[in-house]
Amino acid sequence: MTAPDLSSYPESTAVAGAPVLHVDDLHVEFRTRENVVNAVNGVSYTVSHGETLAILGESGSGKSVTAQAIMGILDTPPAVIGGGGILFEGRNMLAMSDEDRRRIRGPGISMIFQDALSSLNPVYSVGFQIGEMFRAHRGTSRKEAKRLAAELMDRVRIPAAAQRVNDYPHQFSGGMRQRVMIAMAIALDPKILIADEPTTALDVTVQAQVMDLLKDLQRETGMGLVLITHDLGVVNEVADNVAVMYAGRIVERGTVDDVFTRPAHPYTEGLMKSVPQVEVKGGRLQPITGQPPNLAKIPSGCPFHPRCARRRLGAAALPGRDCAVDRPPLRLVVPGREAACHYSEEVLGV
Amino acid sequence: MTDQQQADRRHDEVEAGTTTGLAAPSVDVTDARQNSLWSDAWRDLKRNRLFWIGAVLGVLFLLMATFPSVFARGADPRACNLANSKQKPSGEHWFGFDQQGCDYLANVVFGARNSLIIGALAVLVILVLGVIVGAVSGFFGGVIDSLLSRVTDIFYALPLVLGALVILRTGSLGRGVVAVAIALAAFGWMTAMRLVRSQVIAVKSSDYVAAARAMGASNGRILVRHILPNAVAPVLVYATITVGVLIAAEATLTFLGVGLQRPAISWGLQIDAGQSLLRTAPHLVFFPSIILTLTVMAFIMMGDALRDALDPRQRS
Repeated sequence: MTAPDLSSYPESTAVAGAPVLHVDDLHVEFRTRENVVNAVNGVSYTVSHGETLAILGESGSGKSVTAQAIMGILDTPPAVIGGGGILFEGRNMLAMSDEDRRRIRGPGISMIFQDALSSLNPVYSVGFQIGEMFRAHRGTSRKEAKRLAAELMDRVRIPAAAQRVNDYPHQFSGGMRQRVMIAMAIALDPKILIADEPTTALDVTVQAQVMDLLKDLQRETGMGLVLITHDLGVVNEVADNVAVMYAGRIVERGTVDDVFTRPAHPYTEGLMKSVPQVEVKGGRLQPITGQPPNLAKIPSGCPFHPRCARRRLGAAALPGRDCAVDRPPLRLVVPGREAACHYSEEVLGV
Repeated sequence: MTDQQQADRRHDEVEAGTTTGLAAPSVDVTDARQNSLWSDAWRDLKRNRLFWIGAVLGVLFLLMATFPSVFARGADPRACNLANSKQKPSGEHWFGFDQQGCDYLANVVFGARNSLIIGALAVLVILVLGVIVGAVSGFFGGVIDSLLSRVTDIFYALPLVLGALVILRTGSLGRGVVAVAIALAAFGWMTAMRLVRSQVIAVKSSDYVAAARAMGASNGRILVRHILPNAVAPVLVYATITVGVLIAAEATLTFLGVGLQRPAISWGLQIDAGQSLLRTAPHLVFFPSIILTLTVMAFIMMGDALRDALDPRQRS
């Protein structure tokens, strides 16, 4: 197995006013005995102070793998980071020592997971687990850590926090457990919080409460929030910007309002049409036909072309823009909007 | 889950939902009790009747093994008078006399020491071997794991008593207390190894270890906080129960004639000698058997209680 060549990447590109987190042309593949699965193929995005970036995509689009690569919790092997950089405050995390990277996790970047029950150790009380954050990173005493834990539980609006610090994860409901996870994740005031489908395992009313909580905490602390989800409703409510992923690439990026009202990529367009609309009664929803691509055999040209209603092949295509042959780069289509489609203007209708 | 608990949860959700804005921190942690896994487990154990019965019996037998002459009411197990052969229990001699006319209470009491030493020694070897082999196997995986697991399978092929019997029959170890303990440990460590291995593998890939890593916990902290406690707790429970099983196995081996030998004093030897006299002097089998059963039970009860205490989901 060849080691990825990361040496050519500059170790630091610190610039004043630069985004807090900058993922640059990240490639991740999973090497198995049979084949190589290209999970992430050149993803770039930035997150600034106080910004909420939603990463939207279906299962297997590489959104979670990107987050795990940022956190450094990919299982390697089989996963291999094949190239690119992850810059936190201008410093490339991929070029850092394990110890330096570890120190960023927690106070720098933190993460919450989809399934809060399995993300909490069943044999420790929640207060102990939240307190561990302070003890591990700041060497706080056991008693002080517990007091801080109770404070945090209060901050994430767990009722009767002081009485519940000694309770165990299984004694909490799903929504409360996710609050405990959030309390742990924000314990050290991270600059970036990655939330990997934080509300998928919760029912709708609790989802809204948890999202509200995240929004409030963000307003309060000014942290950047990366929200990984496949829930269009959640994106619409809380995100500033959205990046739509397909087959390990970002296919469209822009502000949520723009992207949702006027998609520039046929895939995004398909996603919007597949959502029930309050104004439109009756009729059928329009699904995106076909299956998500096999990441071990990503289609040539535009990876979305086998499922695309607007594809242009052979003679119908403009020169150098055959959807089955030429891979469309992510390009600026209109100000503030990038899309990876040869015919974005057509999709937008400009 | 009880209805009350469900009602509480619903209440929590509703209350959390209606709170608008961030509540002012109004926390007063007056209850500063320690709440690590072990202290909580201890609190739970203290309330468990099963544990106390087991513990009292265990301590009783431990004292018996340490100060046998106190429990033997001053009688010397080796001071025998054939005139008393096979006498029934009486107010003066609670357990009667054996065939050689030795005080049987003294014999049974002095037998505790060998049984407990063998049980404790064998379990110690089993723990060390099981935890090390299991942890290495589970942590490194791959070829090392396959190799160690196959070796374990080979040992599994022979049942505990049969394996120990084979070792002791070769005679290279002798027939002393240490030899019996080693023979038992040699064929008793595999379950401990598998327990530790599966726990290490399960915990290593668990979401909460990934979460801890994502929040900046170091490898050492993950090992100490997550992997070890999860791996050690079940194996400790297993070890406690196994002490009892091993004591019974020692008696079995001795009864079969490959364990301890006279003039050593042990419950296995007593049951063996008593069985041929079962018709005329049933008390010779009855007393060592009942004490053996109580000892085994004591450890199994403590093990059971420990298992419940170490699993927070089973706490009431």
